[in-house]
Amino acid sequence: MLNIECPHCGARPEHEFRCGGDAHVVRPPLSASGETWAEYLFGHDNPKGDQTERWCHSFGCGLWFNVIRDTVSHEIRAVYPITAQRPEQAA
Amino acid sequence: MSHYSALSIARNALSGHSNWDPAWRSPEPAAAYDAIVIGGGGHGLATAYYLVRVHGLVKVAVLEKGWIGGGNTGRNTTIIRSNYFYPESAAFYEFSLKQYERLSSELNFNIMFSQRGVLVLGHSRHDMEMHRRSANAMRLNGIDADILSRDEVAKLVPALDCSPQARFPIWGGMIQRRGGTARHDAVAWGYARAADARGVDIIQNCEVTGFTIHQGQVTGVETTRGAIKSNRIGIAVAGHSSILAAKAGFRLPVKSYALQAMVSEPLKPVLDTVVLSPATGTYLSQSDKGELVIGGGLDLYASYAQRGNLPVNENTITGMLAMFPTFSRVRMLRHWGGVCDVVHDSSPIIGKTPVQGLYLSCGWGTGGFKAIPAGGYCLAHTMATGEPHELNAAFGLDRFDTGALIDEAAAASIPH
Ligand SMILES: Cc1cc2nc3c(=O)[nH]c(=O)nc-3n(C[C@H](O)[C@H](O)[C@H](O)COP(=O)(O)OP(=O)(O)OC[C@H]3O[C@@H](n4cnc5c(N)ncnc54)[C@H](O)[C@@H]3O)c2cc1C
Ligand SMILES: [Zn+2]
Repeated sequence: MLNIECPHCGARPEHEFRCGGDAHVVRPPLSASGETWAEYLFGHDNPKGDQTERWCHSFGCGLWFNVIRDTVSHEIRAVYPITAQRPEQAA
Repeated sequence: MSHYSALSIARNALSGHSNWDPAWRSPEPAAAYDAIVIGGGGHGLATAYYLVRVHGLVKVAVLEKGWIGGGNTGRNTTIIRSNYFYPESAAFYEFSLKQYERLSSELNFNIMFSQRGVLVLGHSRHDMEMHRRSANAMRLNGIDADILSRDEVAKLVPALDCSPQARFPIWGGMIQRRGGTARHDAVAWGYARAADARGVDIIQNCEVTGFTIHQGQVTGVETTRGAIKSNRIGIAVAGHSSILAAKAGFRLPVKSYALQAMVSEPLKPVLDTVVLSPATGTYLSQSDKGELVIGGGLDLYASYAQRGNLPVNENTITGMLAMFPTFSRVRMLRHWGGVCDVVHDSSPIIGKTPVQGLYLSCGWGTGGFKAIPAGGYCLAHTMATGEPHELNAAFGLDRFDTGALIDEAAAASIPH
């Protein structure tokens, strides 16, 4: 069970949250090629290790925020606002 | 390779079963091969077998970072069925089911394939309408499917709570009677033994750490046991597909998630078919040893940990108890997880990659055990001839660019 630090509510158990997938995915312009759109829609880095992802405190305050989480140990390394850049990583 | 038979069991009994030949050799890796398959799961081993048996390749190796069958092939709930919706999937999975029907004798290895039926429950009028639609599609594709009434379900699965008070009342179900289960380890071991007997080198404890690529053509792999040359390489590493693709310089439309399962202590026979409930998100069967084999949905966030988390585990158990209240006192024996290669349209990717000579089989997600014979057959064909077989032509990586997805999300019955 993850203990996730909602920026608004503080630490709460994982089943109050919903993982919204990869963070920092940038929508291409309408003029982009089919391949670029396919990458945007379906491509994933899928790292074994630290991954940036979006979470929503859906059964709490409803806030969306970003998380850096290790996909092997599931340890959460950083929590930061949804519009912020990926921070220099806390080791 | 010595032939397995009743006679060979009797003969070996005389020496206290201490003189059986090993089922496969453990050779040192050679410097070069005609073809290399990365990943010693069911798909990799079957691919090697068909490369030699069907296409007559001579020097073939399977490179496995741990032990063969130690990945999802040895961790799954062993359900085999071909109840898919679209013609491409129907043809592919039905080919696989037909191979399973004769696999024990072909491989001379008892895979314990038991066609005990796979029943998907319907919990509402709408469920039953969707089941009828699926069953009709299956029959049009030449695959057996029957709709069962509530009473027929109650008769087939007496332990199931079919009362009107059930949390998710039973309205009926859809059954594929030719579906069933097989022994997962035996599928890996059977293919391994048959491939080894035809000269395939199965090399365990050998992790592929990189590729050598010359002007867009793959020329070999780097491994923890040294460099090995080959200009024809297949990747069949399930949840680790993105990692190897990144080493070859491309990205995949794959995300890795943990899928968990568990078994109970052994019980007297109580359930002789496979039951899936879309409403509770739980499915189960009873193994020949008597254990209840129980599975549910994927964990809710990406993971490379080979273990399931507890909230999903609790959901799965709760779902089982809603279906089978009599199991409330049953104790669980083991609980584990596997890393699944999940793709947006729940269909596999079998075919070419952006690198010449490098081929891929992945996207099996939560349902690739049933597909091992067909997946191996098709990857072998693609590697040997350079072009996909008609069974996997629609399952290329290019479908994500063209938009020709084959969305089989509903075919899993459990939201995966
Ligand atoms: C809990 C659970 C239940 C499931 N239930 C079912 C079911 O009922 N029916 C069904 O059809 N399917 C089911 N599946 C899915 C099925 O198990 C998989 O789709 C299938 O086994 C995939 O086979 P594979 O050979 O591709 O992968 P695997 O068996 O995972 O084999 C891949 C191998 O590649 C190796 N490897 C990885 N990286 C490297 C490297 N760098 N170098 C060398 N080797 C490497 C791994 O060690 C592994 O042994 C289930 C899966 C899970 C986890
Ligand atoms: Zn909150």
